[in-house]
Amino acid sequence: MNSNKAENAMRIGAPFAVGLALLLVWQTLCTAYAVPSYLFPKPSDISDSFGREWHTLFAALGTTLKITLSGFAAACVIGILIAVIFVQSKVIELAFFPYAVLLQVTPIAAVSPLIVILVKNTTGALIVVSTIVALFPIISNTTLGLRSVDPGLLNLFRARRASRLQILLRLRVPSALPYIFAGLRISIGLALIGAVVGEFVAGTGGRGSGLAYQILQAGFQLDIPLMFAALALISVAGIAMFTVMLVLTRLALSHWHESELEARR
Amino acid sequence: MTPAPLTFDEPEAKAAARLQPAPVIEVLSAEKVFADGTRALQPVDLTLRAGDFMTLIGPSGCGKSTLLGMMSNLLQPSEGRLSWWRGGPEKIGAKGRQIGIVFQDPTLMPWATVESNVRLLFDLDRVPASESMPRVRDALARVGLSKFAKHYPRQLSGGMRMRVAIARALATDPDVLLMDEPFGALDEFTRHKLDADILDMWQERSLTAVFVTHSIYEAVFLSTRIVVMAASPGRIIHEIIVDEPFPRDESFRVSTRFANLCADVLNALSLAQKPNHGAS
Repeated sequence: MNSNKAENAMRIGAPFAVGLALLLVWQTLCTAYAVPSYLFPKPSDISDSFGREWHTLFAALGTTLKITLSGFAAACVIGILIAVIFVQSKVIELAFFPYAVLLQVTPIAAVSPLIVILVKNTTGALIVVSTIVALFPIISNTTLGLRSVDPGLLNLFRARRASRLQILLRLRVPSALPYIFAGLRISIGLALIGAVVGEFVAGTGGRGSGLAYQILQAGFQLDIPLMFAALALISVAGIAMFTVMLVLTRLALSHWHESELEARR
Repeated sequence: MTPAPLTFDEPEAKAAARLQPAPVIEVLSAEKVFADGTRALQPVDLTLRAGDFMTLIGPSGCGKSTLLGMMSNLLQPSEGRLSWWRGGPEKIGAKGRQIGIVFQDPTLMPWATVESNVRLLFDLDRVPASESMPRVRDALARVGLSKFAKHYPRQLSGGMRMRVAIARALATDPDVLLMDEPFGALDEFTRHKLDADILDMWQERSLTAVFVTHSIYEAVFLSTRIVVMAASPGRIIHEIIVDEPFPRDESFRVSTRFANLCADVLNALSLAQKPNHGAS
């Protein structure tokens, strides 16, 4: 138990110490060489800027998070539904999978202007962009997972004349959970990227704009510390969402799946 | 040399003692050719009678698992047919006769507790928990795993997982128990223990059992009938009756009769190993 606690402390403490050390070196070097803050700001400049502008920044973060989470939720629902349809028949999968790949390989930055034009409501357009980016890992992982069923168990279900729905809900979905969660972990980061990239392209302004707009504005005004502060906020939001997904995965799988075994020890 | 006949005239005394049990599963000239052209099984005739403990033994590729698969109605014969209780596959099912199946692997759902795993077949038949739970508890008690009802499969040893699989098959109170090399992956001690347990359950529930195995010793210890099979193409070449009374215990394992029977099975198997046995 004691070594367990020590390991947990290390898990949080070690990266934290590295971060702190890097910030110190950064601060010292910038001060020593008197680097102007409009070229490369010191950590203290960034935190000052954050202190001044936190109200705007958090409002922008709220917008970005709303778009990210809506896009992610839509991607979950659509992606899992598509995967369920794919596993119903090989023909359907063969016919449609290439188009799912199309989603993945088309650069989102190239498509998003079109989406912004097609979807009138800007927030709606950004959610669509975020959904498209987040969709593919969920489709491909869920499809793989729904197919990765223990053939013996499948035989047992069939010998018992289980219905398709019973096989899906009692066998395929539980077997697929580790794969689905792996897909969701990738997708939540992609949904954030989609939300930010979409906003760069859409270039929304004024009230209700997200963090990408703050970065653009700060760039135009050469307010580099503010740009860094907005960037930092995006990163922290991404890490936080990823962590939440990790915790959810652990809650769902820790009692049975090998991937979470170490976490339990 | 012509293949040995598939049916045997049993000793009269034994036939009388059995009171001519009714056929449970009849394999009628059933053969299996897979889609890729592999001939897994030549036409086979075999009658499983109530109360039999029949072992299918043979080298890899002799079609013993295929034969068991057809008997469990998981595989359809390419030619010929099977009958269950003198009827079609509709005789088996939730409302009809029960066939319990135990596979090579425990095939448990890793995300479900031992209890839920044993309850699975009831759940698939939409039997309410109030009705199924007492039977699940009985089955778990029978295999000695009552204390582990709330455990997950990963927390159990290989032998215990196999016991869960047996409990799952027994919980529905089957008329026939079909087992496909269930203890192949277990160590010798665990295997002996489970062999003895299976025999006890077979006796106390008047089960009819078919048991696929690689092990001659296991076949002789368990069976009333040993069906010896040969590979490429898969076929039945011999049948040996084990006329040893039950209950059998460890003293049977070390007896001369046991050794002689093992030698008989071994002889039958090695005859089958000879290539072109028709020409020699």
